Amino acid sequence: MVVNPQALAVHPARSITSVQWLRWVIKPILFVVCLLPLAGLVWDGVHENLGANPVETIRLFTGDWTLRFLLITLAVTPVRRLTGWNVVIRVRRMLGLFAFFYAALHIISYVWLDQFFMWDLIIEDVYKRPYITVGFTAFMLLIPLALTSTNGMVRRLGGKRWQRLHQLVYIIAILGVVHFWWLVKSDITEPLIYAIVLALLLGYRLIWALRKA
Amino acid sequence: MLIIKKTSDIKSSEITDKEVFLQRRRFLRAAALVTGGALAPGLILPSSASAGEKLAGVRKSAYRVDDKLTPYEYVTSYNNFYEFGTDKSSPAKLAPKMKTRPWKIAVEGEVNKPGVYDIDDFIKPYVLEERVYRLRCVEAWSMVVPWVGIPLGDVIKRFEPNSRAKYVAFETLYDPEQMPGQEPGLFGGGLDWPYQEGLRIDEAMHPLTLLGVGLYGEVLPNQNGAPLRLVVPWKYGFKSIKSIVKMRFVEQQPVTTWNNAASSEYGFYSNVNPEVDHPRWSQKAERRIGEDSWFAPKRPTLMFNGYAEQVASLYAGMDLKKYY
Repeated sequence: MVVNPQALAVHPARSITSVQWLRWVIKPILFVVCLLPLAGLVWDGVHENLGANPVETIRLFTGDWTLRFLLITLAVTPVRRLTGWNVVIRVRRMLGLFAFFYAALHIISYVWLDQFFMWDLIIEDVYKRPYITVGFTAFMLLIPLALTSTNGMVRRLGGKRWQRLHQLVYIIAILGVVHFWWLVKSDITEPLIYAIVLALLLGYRLIWALRKA
Repeated sequence: MLIIKKTSDIKSSEITDKEVFLQRRRFLRAAALVTGGALAPGLILPSSASAGEKLAGVRKSAYRVDDKLTPYEYVTSYNNFYEFGTDKSSPAKLAPKMKTRPWKIAVEGEVNKPGVYDIDDFIKPYVLEERVYRLRCVEAWSMVVPWVGIPLGDVIKRFEPNSRAKYVAFETLYDPEQMPGQEPGLFGGGLDWPYQEGLRIDEAMHPLTLLGVGLYGEVLPNQNGAPLRLVVPWKYGFKSIKSIVKMRFVEQQPVTTWNNAASSEYGFYSNVNPEVDHPRWSQKAERRIGEDSWFAPKRPTLMFNGYAEQVASLYAGMDLKKYY
């Protein structure tokens, strides 16, 4: 659902302002929508509907949604430029933080449910298994982005430096797709779909940058 | 075999759902009938042989582990059978349509009695046995399955392999119309079909090696490899090839599908070995499907999946890190 906030400002006396609309309607709805995948997972968990290997189901599910939120977040800028809906930039932070949220659940499901805090096995995994190495790296790189997502941190870092730091998300998304690709045993269809979407999103930026130059 | 627990010991998560319970009841009743009944070979598979049909004349074998059985529902719904898709749930959805009758098995190569056998004739001379084996997947999960089958060694003797028969190669049905996973993928990247597996002749002759035709006292569901599959309990699951149409006796080590696809990950031997890691999974521990709690560490994987006493001698003097 996309609402043009300007449209609501036509009768300022009777209606809420676009800022209020964003804060009290759009963002809360989006917040709930972003939690729906998790709600579905919890629902299935409570109803013992996660299949024969629930731990694996949780791990794959949270991994899928991490990648999806990364791509959705990366779609914000192209969507804004292509459609002129400037409002989408106002929800980018929330989308990015949800990518981090699902990534954190993914890591927790691995460290807790899958390996049960067997740190020697976990360290060995990170060190020895390339798909885990890149996945772990991607998560480590996400942490500074989540920590610097507040307005205060943007101010403190300064717009330019903040932007440079947050361009890390391009690398993170690439590592995320590589992580999935290397995990698959033989049928690469699914990771390839993510790779194509990511290539389109990054390619769009490249073309935009070249045209501006 | 049966472990009797006090009610207070049983967590609600351990209580078997009704369908499984009923299946188990039917199975136990059948087993009781069998124990008291005749053990005549010959009248084995029901004529239609559809999944879930009761198998008659099954003798309980001494080859059984005491581990708790993995519920029927999980054994038959969580399957790696890439001919029906790479999702664990796909085989249970897509395999039931496969036709398992008529079904021919070709016996070729270094044997005195080669030929093409109908599945029912192939099985007929033997008494079916029930064996409870651990199954360890290379993906670090495991199950405990009450298979019904016949020792492969007995079958092999009947074909009279000659002295050049050093290996047995197996092949799965190739039929993309019935096995959608064999269709060339949109982006390629699948396996080379038909699926091929192989054993050294002494592994094939080992008394633990089974040709499976059923589980839980019933005809094998298609997703579990009907009508005939291999069961080699001390090797990773992918060695136990499903829906077999060919056995070839050969002098050279045969090509096997996963080894061919990624030789650094899947060796010809693929014996369960906690000391030799797969590049993508530690093999030190495993999750027992349907039994281990979500909030518990995985259980340690045993050398040769716990069958070291029976099979370790097959590999005496071999460097198992090299011949993984």
